[in-house]
Amino acid sequence: MTHILLRHREIPEINQLSVYQKNGGLAAFKNAVTTMKTTEVIDVVKNSGLRGRGGAGFPTGMKWSFADNKNWPHYVVANADESEPGTFKDREIMEGNPLQFLEGVMIGSYAVGANAAYIYLRGEFWEIAESLDAKIAELEEAGYLGDKLFGTEYSLRLYTHLGAGAYICGEESALLESLEGKRGQPRVRPPFPPSVGLYDKPTIINNVETFTNVPMIMTNGADWYKTMGTTDAPGVKIFSLSGRVRKPGNYELPLGTTFRDLIYTHGGGVQDSRKVRAIMPAGASSSLILVDDDKILDTPMDYLEVRKLKSELGSASVIIVDDSVSMDWLINKTVHFFKHESCGKCTPCREGTYWMARLTERIHDGRAVKADVDLLLNVAKQMQGKCLCALGEFSTMAVVSSLERFREDFDNAVKA
Amino acid sequence: MLSKKYPKEVKQILSKYPPEGKRSAMMPLLFLAQREEGYISKAAMQDIAGLLNVTETEVAGVVGFYTLYHEEKEGKYRIQVCADLPCALRGAEGFVKNLCDNLGVKVGETTEDGLLTIEAVMCLAACDKAPMFQTQGPEGIKYHENMTVEKTMELVEELRKSAA
Amino acid sequence: MSKPISLTIDGKQVTVPEGMNIVDAAKLAGVYIPVFCHHPKLDPVGMCRMCLVEIGRPMRDRATGQFVMENGAPKIQFMPKLETACTNKVEDGMVVVTQSEKTAEAQKATVEFLLTSHPLDCPICDKGGECPLQNLTMTHGPRESRFRLEEKMRFAKPAPLGELIWLDRERCIFCARCVRFQDEIAGDAVLEFDDRARPMNIISVSDPGFDSIFSGNTTDICPVGALTTSDFRFGARPWELDAAPSICAQCPVGCNTVLNTRREAKSDGEIVVKRVMPRQNEEVNEIWLCDKGRFAYHYAEGKGRLTKPMIRKEKKLARSSWDAATKLAAEKFSKDKKDFVVLASGRLSNEDLFNLKTLADHAGGKAYLYSRMAGGELTSLVGVSAGTDFGTMGAGTAIVVVASDLYQEAPIWYLRVKQAAERGATLIVVNPRETKLDRYASFKVRYGYGDEVKAIHDLAKTGKESDALLKSGNVVILYGSEGLGVAGSQSVATACAKLLNDNGFTGKPNNGLIGVWERANDQGAWEMGFTVEEDLAKALKGKAVYIVGADPVHDDPKLAKALESAAFVAVQDVMETATTEIADVVLPAQAFTEREGTLTSGERRAQRFYPAVPVTGESKPDFAITAQIARNMGVILEGTSASVVFDLLADTVKSFEGLDYAKLAEAREQLPVVGRSDLYYGGTTYENKHGLGAHLSGAATRGEKVSIPKAEKEAVPHPKDKELLAVPINKLYHRGTTVMTAELLHQRIGEASVSLHPSAAGRLGVRAGQTVTVSFNGVSGQAVVKLDESIAEDIALVPRSMGIAIREPVAVKVKA
Repeated sequence: MTHILLRHREIPEINQLSVYQKNGGLAAFKNAVTTMKTTEVIDVVKNSGLRGRGGAGFPTGMKWSFADNKNWPHYVVANADESEPGTFKDREIMEGNPLQFLEGVMIGSYAVGANAAYIYLRGEFWEIAESLDAKIAELEEAGYLGDKLFGTEYSLRLYTHLGAGAYICGEESALLESLEGKRGQPRVRPPFPPSVGLYDKPTIINNVETFTNVPMIMTNGADWYKTMGTTDAPGVKIFSLSGRVRKPGNYELPLGTTFRDLIYTHGGGVQDSRKVRAIMPAGASSSLILVDDDKILDTPMDYLEVRKLKSELGSASVIIVDDSVSMDWLINKTVHFFKHESCGKCTPCREGTYWMARLTERIHDGRAVKADVDLLLNVAKQMQGKCLCALGEFSTMAVVSSLERFREDFDNAVKA
Repeated sequence: MLSKKYPKEVKQILSKYPPEGKRSAMMPLLFLAQREEGYISKAAMQDIAGLLNVTETEVAGVVGFYTLYHEEKEGKYRIQVCADLPCALRGAEGFVKNLCDNLGVKVGETTEDGLLTIEAVMCLAACDKAPMFQTQGPEGIKYHENMTVEKTMELVEELRKSAA
Repeated sequence: MSKPISLTIDGKQVTVPEGMNIVDAAKLAGVYIPVFCHHPKLDPVGMCRMCLVEIGRPMRDRATGQFVMENGAPKIQFMPKLETACTNKVEDGMVVVTQSEKTAEAQKATVEFLLTSHPLDCPICDKGGECPLQNLTMTHGPRESRFRLEEKMRFAKPAPLGELIWLDRERCIFCARCVRFQDEIAGDAVLEFDDRARPMNIISVSDPGFDSIFSGNTTDICPVGALTTSDFRFGARPWELDAAPSICAQCPVGCNTVLNTRREAKSDGEIVVKRVMPRQNEEVNEIWLCDKGRFAYHYAEGKGRLTKPMIRKEKKLARSSWDAATKLAAEKFSKDKKDFVVLASGRLSNEDLFNLKTLADHAGGKAYLYSRMAGGELTSLVGVSAGTDFGTMGAGTAIVVVASDLYQEAPIWYLRVKQAAERGATLIVVNPRETKLDRYASFKVRYGYGDEVKAIHDLAKTGKESDALLKSGNVVILYGSEGLGVAGSQSVATACAKLLNDNGFTGKPNNGLIGVWERANDQGAWEMGFTVEEDLAKALKGKAVYIVGADPVHDDPKLAKALESAAFVAVQDVMETATTEIADVVLPAQAFTEREGTLTSGERRAQRFYPAVPVTGESKPDFAITAQIARNMGVILEGTSASVVFDLLADTVKSFEGLDYAKLAEAREQLPVVGRSDLYYGGTTYENKHGLGAHLSGAATRGEKVSIPKAEKEAVPHPKDKELLAVPINKLYHRGTTVMTAELLHQRIGEASVSLHPSAAGRLGVRAGQTVTVSFNGVSGQAVVKLDESIAEDIALVPRSMGIAIREPVAVKVKA
């Protein structure tokens, strides 16, 4: 299929301004600014059914309409913090098709009346930030960014901003704190960013992939977008496939594609011809899907269907686990990730991730007893429903699901 | 004094944010300060505190929160290997161990010539190109993907040559 | 008036003002929701998760927006998850359940999580016995630990955050109350978290460490023993302590305190003061104290206490009796009426000052206030009175601060003024140089030293600040002694009083003139009729001087010289001083910790203090000693009961009319309600059951006509070539007796310094840190050079009470 997001796969030079323009790029932005009302732009995005691609799946058009029009100025922030283990799609977009991403940010800025947009990249994306800065300079040169664009009153500037190594800054309110030059700890919500955001002003924050969909929607129409994907979740999604497959990588596919298709048709199947034992569809924050029945692989990958498997699609960072992996080792890895990344603000996450890590270490090292395994499940459940933000909650998902569905691995790991 | 040493960069950084958002310049200024010495000195923190009208303690709190800011001098280049779950599923743990054996250090240690520090870090969004690492040094952060120990040792040689 | 909101908490119907959060609302309803990070005076952060409750709200139909009804009332929809009560504001019809299986499980979980790395230090932790974590563990926590001891996070401990406050990193539960207090209330953001997740710990990177004069307050609000004061560390167990209500006697704010005492073997079986704690008075100090008030109380118990009356025989002071000493003093004072001089300081209580003034009047002598700041008769005329409360000031009120570095001179007023400005009050800072208060000022007016009067006049004439000032509904002016001597402060006070009087900003609440006096009860002295003498040395020469609560020999070589040629010197004081060394008669007075009395704050509020410890030696209360002397001079004064003295005072001095000890002891419920069994709510500040004091009346409030003359411009010397104009400034921590006796403050007191502009230093050939000699008019002293780019090039700042006897702006020579 022809990519609508990873268009560099067909057009390798699409990251160059002239090539992008030749392929229809930037016309949507110019058209919006010169001929459309901001409400009209928001309506198109609303009608398309586009949902946020960062993991929460919130309807994008609806979010844009929430920007508080009694409080100015407005800001737009692109969340390029991509730190969920197993996620590497935003990287490829920004490296391969940066101008479409930037145009999406620009259209979004126009739609919510923002004159400044910040692209918050994780600190490790140093080189990507440099190349985006170059693209932004080119766009300014070409008259697509700056003051009074296309002879209208609308002005817009884009800026990149690097984080410095904190997964929690992918959480939107923590991102704002970090962007404001503070420790990246989530805020109390409500109020939410569209009412009180960057510098306490209304701010719309969306994921890189979400923004990258927008120029295509504006160009081809909301109805066109709805021909792809499912009724509940139209459009395409980039699935980051990693783990024990032969061909890990990003795959842009319609929402509703099955796991089997992703793993076998695109991913080349499991390494060493082994069997899929578990799927983590949302990176380290996943509830592990136990693949004890081959039919499970025919589950469509969309938000509603995956929920039926008692899991969440989230950011579609699909990690494949085969039968060579023991879950006590895997959980020790995910728990250590969250222990390192917890911001420390709230009690259950700060203390709970540390406690779980001590337990998973002991279990994996063979120094634990059965009661420790029960305790691990208990501690994870004790954290649930109490944390200030999703990090704490999600840190328990893999633990609880693997203890409930792969108990034998843990029993084997402990002393009798 | 950052503004004396890098006047253009400091000006450019400050111009990205509105006056009420001056504090946003904190993080890019910290990267600027870290450029030469590989860590953020007390003097640098004082300097930035003065530039942004915040207290030194507030700057120190930000430095301490983020993994990429260092408060102590280590090797000229930090080799930060991802050993997180998706990379580990593709052999990253063995890669780290091999690399350490080849360099004669343990994770967290610096080579004797002071050139390299090996660190294990969390997911770098390159899960399809494991094993991989990034180098953090005076020129910033660079990715090295689909690495083998041989390729890595070649890179190390290059770094050694250019440091000499 | 904010809209009233009605909601149900644990079945109780309550109505509270809009904007209140559920924790505070529940407290009003008598329901105590356990908290750690919430504090009624800080913005809620929802961090600790201890206040998780079930919240139900009336359901609205998504489409129509109407309430969904059930059984005639809106259907209540409970969220599937518990929510933090602190971050949720009350809503009409809300239903809150604070005690259920779900909340109990959540509370137990939160306490258990906190205890996983909290060390079991209770047996050695100062907080034990008044510890919110202990209390909440007993009521809500698990019985046994499920965490392995060897896996607990360890930190080296304790870690000083500065020499005054110690941090135990293992005990910290990351409620961030200390960080938020410093940031939101104190305005000194010198505490922050370092690192993230479990290894987080509190740091302070200032020099000196924890560089804030409000640091002690963090130990009150810390819910565990993580923050302790070096003053009280390992001092006593809270349940061993008695509590006596008192008033801080260090500055004119008049903070309400509690003196905690204990009888202990360590002090040879004596009852001693172990620590000073804040007592809640929302109209004065809320629940806060500054560090000087908290730590500089040791002078009352020091080794240098005078214990017996003494008479000088053959050049040596010898022990005597009260009879003999007071008779001798009376004899000398009566000798030549016009030679009798009373020199008293504002460290004395109203009762003491009243007896002194009455004696001076009857005996035909003079009564001088030992101070270098004048203008108090004007604050009696147009000072603030009943109903005045910084806490009620906001938009519509203008606060003018003239010639005062409020942060150094009256810290709690600095806090209150800052908060008023943050609430919308117009803050106009009129000062010759930048001070901390500038950050909160709506307008900053600078003037050259000597041009104060013009600056104040212009305040009502020209500029945006004048507009803002005159348009305000209320105006309060605080004036200090920055760069001013007696004449200068008189001029400033006059100009300010005239501005207020001419424009009708007197005689009603939140209007009037406040003096930022040198000492706690200077205002009381002014009310009694004491005056300040410009040329005090001249006024003392050859006189029979009765010095009470003052140490002029130590403070000023000129005064020391004058007293050398005095006819007779009787010194009445609490401690041995340089002045007692030269006295003919020494009379030992009780410290304020040993007796009762009242003080009048700069806001003209009379407040009572009560005895906390037994009397030292043979000392008597100042007013009693004066009465005894008076009796020997044929003047009858009350000398037994302080309360009776106060009644007589109230009968005599108009502004005290209608007040008595009972009235001053009237207590009222204050909000927020703190200091009860739920220590976790407000911290360890004490509830105030002993009285909130009462305002004095003023000429304006009594409806009397007041006319203020025009102010004279103060003459300021012109420095010659190679000279600088040295101006006196005030410093919180100085070398005065009451502060120096607190050894733990010595680092903060530091050396005598002189601040110069870098180019002035260059011209004089001196560097920062170099010791120089500052000399003027026969006075000279050593000082360490500090550089200050914010001052003018011909100015030298010399702090008072640091060893250089500067009284007013003076031309000085600075030599290496």
